[in-house]
Amino acid sequence: MGTQRRFRIWRGDTDGGDFVDFDVEVNDGEVVLDVIHRLQATQAPDLAVRWNCKAGKCGSCSAEINGQPRLLCMTRMSTLPPHQPVTVTPMRTFPVIRDLVTDVSYNYQKAREIRAFVPPKGVQPGEYRMQQVDVERSQEFRKCIECFLCQNTCHVIRDHEDNKARFSGPRFLMRIAELDMHPLDAADDEGVDRKRAAQDEHGLGFCNITKCCTEVCPEHIKITDNALIPLKERVVSLRFDPLARLLRRGRR
Amino acid sequence: MTTTSSSPPSGIAPPSPHQRARAAISARTLRTDRWWVSPLVTAIVLGAFIIYTGVRLFMRNDYWVAAYHYLTPLYSPCLSASCVPGSSHLGTPLPAFPLALPLPILIFPILAGFRASCYYYRKAGYRAFLLSPPGCAVSEPGTNYTGETRFPLILQNLHRYFFYLASALLLINTYDAVLAFFPASGGFGVGLGSLILLVNVVMLWLYSLSCHACRHIFGGRLKHFSKHPIQYWFWTQLSKLNGRHMQFAWTSLITVMLTDFYIMAVAAGWIADLRLFN
Amino acid sequence: MTEIERHDFDVVVIGAGGAGLRAAIEARELGKRTAVICKSLFGKAHTVMAEGGIAASMGNVNSRDSWQVHFRDTMRGGKFLNNWRMAELHAKEAPQRVWELETYGALFDRTKDGKISQRNFGGHQYPRLAHVGDRTGLELIRTLQQKIVSLQQEDFDRHGDYEANLKVFAECTITDLLKDGDTIAGAFGYWRENGRFIRFDAPAVVLATGGIGKAFKVTSNSWEYTGDGHALALRCGAALINMEFVQFHPTGMVWPPSVKGILVTESVRGDGGVLRNSEQKRFMFDYVPDVFKDQYATSEEEADRWYDDPDNNRRPPELLPRDEVARAINSEVKAGRGSPHGGVFLDVSTRLPAETVKKRLPSMYHQFKELADVDITTEPMEVGPTCHYVMGGVEVDPDTAAASVAGLFAAGEVAGGMHGSNRLGGNSLSDLLVFGRRAGLGAATYVDSLGPRRPSARLTDVEAAAQRAISPFGADTDGEIAENPYSLHQELQQTMNDLVGIIRKADEMELALKKVGELRRRADHVAVEGHRQFNPGWHLALDLRNMIAVSECVARAGLARTESRGGHTRDDHPEMDPEWRHVLLRCTQDTDGGVRVERGMQIPMRADLVDLFELDELKKYFTADELPGGTD
Repeated sequence: MGTQRRFRIWRGDTDGGDFVDFDVEVNDGEVVLDVIHRLQATQAPDLAVRWNCKAGKCGSCSAEINGQPRLLCMTRMSTLPPHQPVTVTPMRTFPVIRDLVTDVSYNYQKAREIRAFVPPKGVQPGEYRMQQVDVERSQEFRKCIECFLCQNTCHVIRDHEDNKARFSGPRFLMRIAELDMHPLDAADDEGVDRKRAAQDEHGLGFCNITKCCTEVCPEHIKITDNALIPLKERVVSLRFDPLARLLRRGRR
Repeated sequence: MTTTSSSPPSGIAPPSPHQRARAAISARTLRTDRWWVSPLVTAIVLGAFIIYTGVRLFMRNDYWVAAYHYLTPLYSPCLSASCVPGSSHLGTPLPAFPLALPLPILIFPILAGFRASCYYYRKAGYRAFLLSPPGCAVSEPGTNYTGETRFPLILQNLHRYFFYLASALLLINTYDAVLAFFPASGGFGVGLGSLILLVNVVMLWLYSLSCHACRHIFGGRLKHFSKHPIQYWFWTQLSKLNGRHMQFAWTSLITVMLTDFYIMAVAAGWIADLRLFN
Repeated sequence: MTEIERHDFDVVVIGAGGAGLRAAIEARELGKRTAVICKSLFGKAHTVMAEGGIAASMGNVNSRDSWQVHFRDTMRGGKFLNNWRMAELHAKEAPQRVWELETYGALFDRTKDGKISQRNFGGHQYPRLAHVGDRTGLELIRTLQQKIVSLQQEDFDRHGDYEANLKVFAECTITDLLKDGDTIAGAFGYWRENGRFIRFDAPAVVLATGGIGKAFKVTSNSWEYTGDGHALALRCGAALINMEFVQFHPTGMVWPPSVKGILVTESVRGDGGVLRNSEQKRFMFDYVPDVFKDQYATSEEEADRWYDDPDNNRRPPELLPRDEVARAINSEVKAGRGSPHGGVFLDVSTRLPAETVKKRLPSMYHQFKELADVDITTEPMEVGPTCHYVMGGVEVDPDTAAASVAGLFAAGEVAGGMHGSNRLGGNSLSDLLVFGRRAGLGAATYVDSLGPRRPSARLTDVEAAAQRAISPFGADTDGEIAENPYSLHQELQQTMNDLVGIIRKADEMELALKKVGELRRRADHVAVEGHRQFNPGWHLALDLRNMIAVSECVARAGLARTESRGGHTRDDHPEMDPEWRHVLLRCTQDTDGGVRVERGMQIPMRADLVDLFELDELKKYFTADELPGGTD
């Protein structure tokens, strides 16, 4: 039943580290996280890995397997090439804490900078009325389990640390799209322009729609096609309409 | 009150003694699959198209088959006085051009702009030509990146306006395709060329309608679909097409090139048009 | 002693699932400086796993629904052992708590007229579960998380500091509660990331730590479910009740081995899925107990008509309460009519079109596709019982969620009483909201009542807590072999699964108690390698003590209760005994470090609530003396 496989796991912390090879038994039907757990129980009790539900619902066990951003609990061993070692590293966009665990605080910071849902004035709890077709777009984005794989794979910050200050990443631009499409969000009434904020404060312009976020999304959310591009299009009406620009200039 | 050092943000552990660094992994990528195949193919095909059309734009001949009313989409509409007689079905409001000036000088920028700013070609181009990034989780070679926040790439935001202009041209292309069923000899006629032009124009329509900007205009911009059932219906249909925008982008690119080549071959007399009817 | 990071709050909430976050929101809205402590990252709590929905009698789909009907269903599901006051508050307040979520930005699935859609679920008479596809728990946690962010934004606008009044401590584990005499004074714990100690001074602590599932081998629970809150409460002198009642969800995945136990939502059955054995028989018709005979269909035809016409037909028996279904599956497998991997078949593929399955059960579709390579639109699933929920927990006052120790509050799964001997699906999320809010309110009121005098913890207690926490590093093995925390955990899980599992016997539970006692002694010799920076072996060594304590409660209470009821099935006492209905088994910490179980009595149900039931029904559960009009 079990076969021996070689695992190359990056071990270390913020001061440095390296790959460590392990030979470990792998059984039928297992996922990468099972093998990591077996390593903890038998060979490396202090191997650090973050995980929770082990069912692809909480988004804790994000890492990179053979260079691809994946959830450890949703990557079946049978889908990996059989005769190569399996490389596992922490997510590379975020600072490492230890072994496979990274510091994802960047994401929580960005989450906090997006103006929350603004409830409509005068509508009491229990009186909210929304049509299914109107909530479906935002519902797709609310499937997000916040594994931050999209943030990790996005080259804007993966390859350019300095962009982190100006760019909130696909997950949080999608959050803005979600709120902008929410049928009852009353941000406008409070003078909050979500589109403008997306462009000016959250760096929508940095996104060059190379779609890696969509490719890695374990929830199969069409981040680029359904959130980022529609948001860009909404900004276009606001900012880049040549006729409107001419008119504005004429008026001035 | 927090009595220790300054408080870190929610969801965040206390500050470390020193700034945290990323895991020290030197490899550009640890991907083991052949991630480079896709950008390479893109670069080759797109490169071939750019070279081909570049050459064709300056050729200034073999774009019109008078006998069967075939006009290549690359030259339509032909608006200059230098155009071959018969090919200018909208008249010639423009004077004769010097040789160095391509005849479709007004048309080609629209077509190129529409394609270059298309959300799909942007992805393909950024990956294949600017290597930004060459593949997912493969680090890009450049050190500085500002995306579409500065000139010239900020112009990509004009896609919707290119869409409007390109749609106008597409109406003319459609008219051209219809004309190709009415040869100079009179009456109705079908040749391989007219079928090719028809297929090409269908592909161009699919490409244009599946465009993200189009999807936005027809409904995406709305907040309440339920209040606009007709626009919602359009949006739903266009969203289905939009899911295949990449396929339409490639297919229509190839059909344009093949259509032009066929018309060139017939116009130059290399082959005779295969007539199926009249 | 190294310097210990120290924070001062009004209310400290331990746990950041639905109950914890709702409690924190309430306390903060009442002006209390509040801390939320979560063992994992913010927003990853086990609540995200809840799939079916939130039970609340809003009556959006069937207007006959009301809090009284919901109350009745809850009491029936719990076999009348529930704390009736909690069940009453829960049924009355759930709709308000759900509607409130919409003001935080939640997006539930809708009815045609734009209201929140509600779905059918086991044990609920009417469609009652507000839901979002099959990811309702995720919606709940994200909504509350975003409400917290929104409150922090308010504070930022006012004070220039997001965390002026509400702060989240993520990846932080509490190992001990601190007291000043008999009163709560704070909490002590460590940052998982770097192992440094942290101390909270606060007059009120809300436990919202969830359940104990990780003490069992086959479970749907995540690693965090190690009974921390249960054990913290025990250690600081509070009592746990109903610990013998552990719910085994009837449908967990059984294959592949690595995902064994992961939940298959009950909505699969609510939406038309049926259970079959290896002979292709819909066996649930054979397992409808007498107390439910009138409410469930007796033929497949009637059951199938119910989905479209629930008013004129009785429900399919697949929708019986969870304990009944779990036992039925267990019996089928034992009788040799199981599926190849030791479960039974749950089939939607022959019942619904593929598109409908994908639309209504998207996460299930993906879960099976990706984890088991099974396409549920074309083939049946294999399912079997899995440890899912503990009905038992901290004994609390229903209205304020206060435990017997002053300053201690508990809400959600860690609190006991609400669900009696068995919880209905969908009642968990509503429980979190209703009692999470009440705990926040109770804690805030308690803090107000204290005035300026605050209890303060003794330094020696803090030092002792720190000593206990690092003991696994310099384990004093007394010449015995050092124990590996992973192996001890596996032994505990195997013991609980085999001996105190879904079907129990006196001799097996006695054996379990012996083994757990042994494990408790061996746990003193647990040794861990490496250092304190994100060291999973160390974390497990500390959690292990909690799991051992709660396991002992489950086994001891299980042994004492000589009847079968809800989530407690005794092979040697298969009948439900009305004499046991009003008995609460109360676990407290014993002087030797073990636990002691004592009998307590339920407060009799208020007359107006008793009147909600037919006498004939009450006769099945109550003793003659307890019946209305009976001799007192």
